[in-house]
This record gives sequence, structure tokens and C-alpha cells, in this order.
Amino acid sequence: MAVVFKKTKMLTDVPFHYCPGCTHGVAHRLVAECLEEINCEGNVIGIAPVGCAVFAYNYFNCDMLEAAHGRAPSLATGIKRTHPDTVVFAYQGDGDLASIGTAEIIHAAARGENITVIFINNAIYGMTGGQMAPTTLVGQRSTTSQAGRTVPLNGNPIRVAEMLATLDGPAYIARVALTDPANVRKAKQAIKRGFDMQLNKKGFSLIEVLSTCPTNWGMTPVQATDFVKNEMTKEFPLGVFKDIDKA
Amino acid sequence: MKKLMKGNEAVAEAAIRGGMRAFFGYPITPQNEIPEYLSRRLPEVGGVFIQAESEVSAINMVYGAAGAGARAMTSSSSPGISLKQEGISYICGAELPCVIVNMVRGGPGLGGIQPAQSDYFQAVKGGGHGDYHMLVYGPHTVQEAVDLMYDAFDKADEYRLPVMILGDGMIGQIMEAVELPEMKDPATFPKKPWAADGTGIGKDRRVINSLYIEPDALEVVNHRLFDRYELLKERETRYEEYLTEDAEIVIVAYGTVARIAKSAVNELRARGKKVGLFRPITLYPYPEKALNEVAKEASVKKFVTIELSMGQMVEDVRLAVNGLKPVEFFGRTGGNVMTPDDIVDFIEKE
Repeated sequence: MAVVFKKTKMLTDVPFHYCPGCTHGVAHRLVAECLEEINCEGNVIGIAPVGCAVFAYNYFNCDMLEAAHGRAPSLATGIKRTHPDTVVFAYQGDGDLASIGTAEIIHAAARGENITVIFINNAIYGMTGGQMAPTTLVGQRSTTSQAGRTVPLNGNPIRVAEMLATLDGPAYIARVALTDPANVRKAKQAIKRGFDMQLNKKGFSLIEVLSTCPTNWGMTPVQATDFVKNEMTKEFPLGVFKDIDKA
Repeated sequence: MKKLMKGNEAVAEAAIRGGMRAFFGYPITPQNEIPEYLSRRLPEVGGVFIQAESEVSAINMVYGAAGAGARAMTSSSSPGISLKQEGISYICGAELPCVIVNMVRGGPGLGGIQPAQSDYFQAVKGGGHGDYHMLVYGPHTVQEAVDLMYDAFDKADEYRLPVMILGDGMIGQIMEAVELPEMKDPATFPKKPWAADGTGIGKDRRVINSLYIEPDALEVVNHRLFDRYELLKERETRYEEYLTEDAEIVIVAYGTVARIAKSAVNELRARGKKVGLFRPITLYPYPEKALNEVAKEASVKKFVTIELSMGQMVEDVRLAVNGLKPVEFFGRTGGNVMTPDDIVDFIEKE
């Protein structure tokens, strides 16, 4: 019988620990499929963050390092400068990348580090139980903004893709959403393009992935997907913010 | 042939000759000549130099490079070393080798930029979170700093832990004639099968990590690290005894202060006083047994610990002497450095 579909070899057989309806699993698969498609098996190093994806080192079928909170771009820099011809990717969440790790991501981007960063934006701290993130929407409830995020107290969400696109270092910056098959396909194309930039030594690439967190949002998976589609994309519009080949 | 070099530059050159090929740092006085020198020198030997955006980032670049198999290093001075503590803890937890230089300045806070030894506790007792130690050297001359640095990466690789060169503003800034050792050939360095070089697939994947969610698994790691520290105590403890055989008063000092104390010992001997010097070279592991043996000598009446701090190493001296003899303390701080005469006066007025 002909095999028409199989799991990518760039994922291990370890079952994901993610909650039902969480899109980390989809994002992992897309990243792994792209790694397989660019034929970098045996020539890739990944970096796991602190957050829900902390155990990513169990899932990607490649050498992995587990970073301190927010420091993945610095590890990636040390690794890439040691092995310039090895594909290096960092996988980070919004608390990790857009709060405690802002200095590291901005300067890795500014240096044009030839790495690819997958930035999962689900507008909340998932692993620690649903606290307010730098990307939590105004009015959105979290365990540390129980009446909803307010601007006078907490300021506005940070739009990472747009902010990094103002720098000259990045080669490719895009924002995608894992809301439906069409957008999942677009997300994969964006991740692939990020890796292609790295393979061609064009510099820093970051793909911001709008993701769900039904558990900490207090929603069903379907409601959570609708929230990404209807609410998050208003604050975080989808699109390509930098592509040096199409400047 | 000896060459006149500033301490910071000599240490930097010794690191390269010892095999260092990746440096990540951030400016802070009084260690700036280390990154400045390496920014020029490392590209000549095919190495990597990056000025990071912060100390936090620099030590995490070291974490990445060390995890990927490089002989990686960072340097800083006290406030910057405080910022590096997060990364140092992770590097210890992930069992990675690297070298960290601290050219200590006065504190707390911004403190000053003159020599101090007030980071002793931070260097030898932990500094970051969790149960760990580093191999910590306290060189007392530029030549000794060169010699210790030259083999530091071999030690780091052998035990898979960070080695800290705990200098001070004086060691970093003073110029001395030094003998530089031959360049080591990186091809002769032991292979690192544990390093994440990108070739890992399936069962052969390398995971560089300090997270152990299962308590039993973490406890195994804690014990593994401390078994290694026992090996350090057995094999790597280093110290120098200077005129201690018949000494009635034994000065205990390390680093720059030990050098000043040697001059004081010579002067006191010339005056007929039986004074000697016990000089720890490794600050972790501390030469506890050797110092305890000295304390058992019938001739020894007391110890005088001298430091550029309010009294930090003196606690380890008291632990080693274990009540056998009195332990006194003399310290200067704020970046003030005592002269040999100050030490002579302190001993004479007793």
C-alpha cells in the first residue's frame, strides 16, 4: 500500500505534552517539516526556551540546547558563530522573547545573526499558569490582570514583528496565524522562507506565529481559534514585514 | 624571551595560546584591555570575538558556544560578573566547560574601579542559584595569571565546569615582563562527543540542558557535580608556602595581597620576626587540609588573614584552622591597597 502521508523524521516519537487545542504542536510540526524539506538532517541545532515549549528538546530530532528565560538568541549566536554552516533555530514564546528577552532578540536581529527564530505569540504566559504577557491584549483577562489588561497600568501590547522590521539586520520578518488550513499553509511557507534566508546566509529571520492557549484563556479550542482570528489579528496584523529580496 | 605586557593583555594572549577561540564580552573597567586585545587578536587565529549587548547576553553566548563544543570565554569585573551569575548557574547545571575572568573592583553596587577582593564569596561559594562550584584561581602575578589561564581550558574540559580566574584591578592593570607559553594545537584537544555540533539524530542527539523535572533525576545530577568537586579537591588544590617552616605568625593571603605580603614577610624576617606566608592558589577548592596542617605546627602561634575586603576568605581560614590557633584579620577596602609597610606595622604593633 502506498504511503501517502507520514510524520516528518525531524520530530522524535515522544508524545507532545501540550494541552488540547494548543497550537504548539502544529508549530512544531511545521518547523520540523521545513527542516526536513531543506535537507538539514544531521546539520541542525535547535534552542528550546523557558515556557510551555521548554521540553521542545524532547521533540525535535536534532541536537538541542535548553536556554535560560529569554536568552535563546544569545545561545543561538554562540552556536552559529561556532558552526556557521549549521542551521540554527530558536523557538521562543512571548514572555520569553518579548519581555525578559527583549535585549537579546533586538541585538541578535540588529547584528543580522544568521539564525531563524520561531516566535510563538499566544498573548499569555502559559507554563506558569496564565499571567499577563507583553502581548496580552488590552482588556484581556489573565491571572495578573484579573479585570482585564488596562493601558494606564500595563501599557499596550508589543508588536514584535513590526518593531524588529525597523532594523537593518533582519532578512525576513513575517507574522502568521495557525487558525485554519489556509493560514497553516502560509505559516509553513513563511517558516520555510526564514530557513531559506539562513541557508543563503542572508541574515536574521523571525516568524511570529499567532497561537492559541485555550487552557489559560478559559476557552474551548474552537473559541480560542476564533479569538486568534477575530481579536488577536486586529492587534497583530498578519503579513510580511521585511523581505530583503523584495525590498 | 620575556615580553612587557599589561596583565589584561597577557591573560588574553594566554587564553588564545591555551586554545580559546570564542570570546563574548561587554565593556567594564578595569578589564577593558581583554576584549579590546581579543577583538584584534582572535580574528588572526580564526576565532570569534563578539561584543554582546550585555553581560547577561555575553555569558549566554558563552553557554551556546561551549555547548556547541568551542573553547569559549568571557571576562568582566564585579558588577558585570553579578549579571553573569544566571548564565554561570546554567552552564554549571548543563555541565559545560568555559573560562570566566573577573578583574575584581570595589563594591557593593557600582563601588569603584580600583582593585578589590570583595567578590571572593561570590566566586567560591556559588554566586548564582543552586548547588554548584567553579574551579577558582587567584593568581598573584601577571606571570602566574598567564600560566593558570594557559591550562584553564584543559581543566574546564576535563571536569566539564567553568574555571574562574579571580584577578583584581591590580593584576589586570599592572605591566610586567612575562614569558608567554607556546600556542597549543587545537587538533590535540580531546574530542567532545557530548557537544551539540548539529550532527545528532535520533538516539545520538545531544541535549544540552539543566532542567530535570523529576526530583530523583535532579538529585543524581547534584551528586554527580559534587563527586566532581571531590575530584577537584584531591587533584587540583594548589597553594604556596613561603617561609612557614619555623614561622610563629603565618599570614594568609591570595592574589595581589599575597605578593605585597611576601615583601612584608621579607622585611619582618630582616627584623628578626619569624613570619611566613600561606598563599592559596586555588580558592575553590580551598587548600583546607594543607592550612590545617600548618595550624598543627607547634611553632605557629597565630594566623593573620589579609585581604582587600571587609573579611571574606578569613571565614575559610577559620574553618581550616578549626580553632587550633587564633585567626586575626587585616583588610583595606574601597580600592585602597595596603603597602608592605602597612602589613609590617600591623604585625609589629601586636
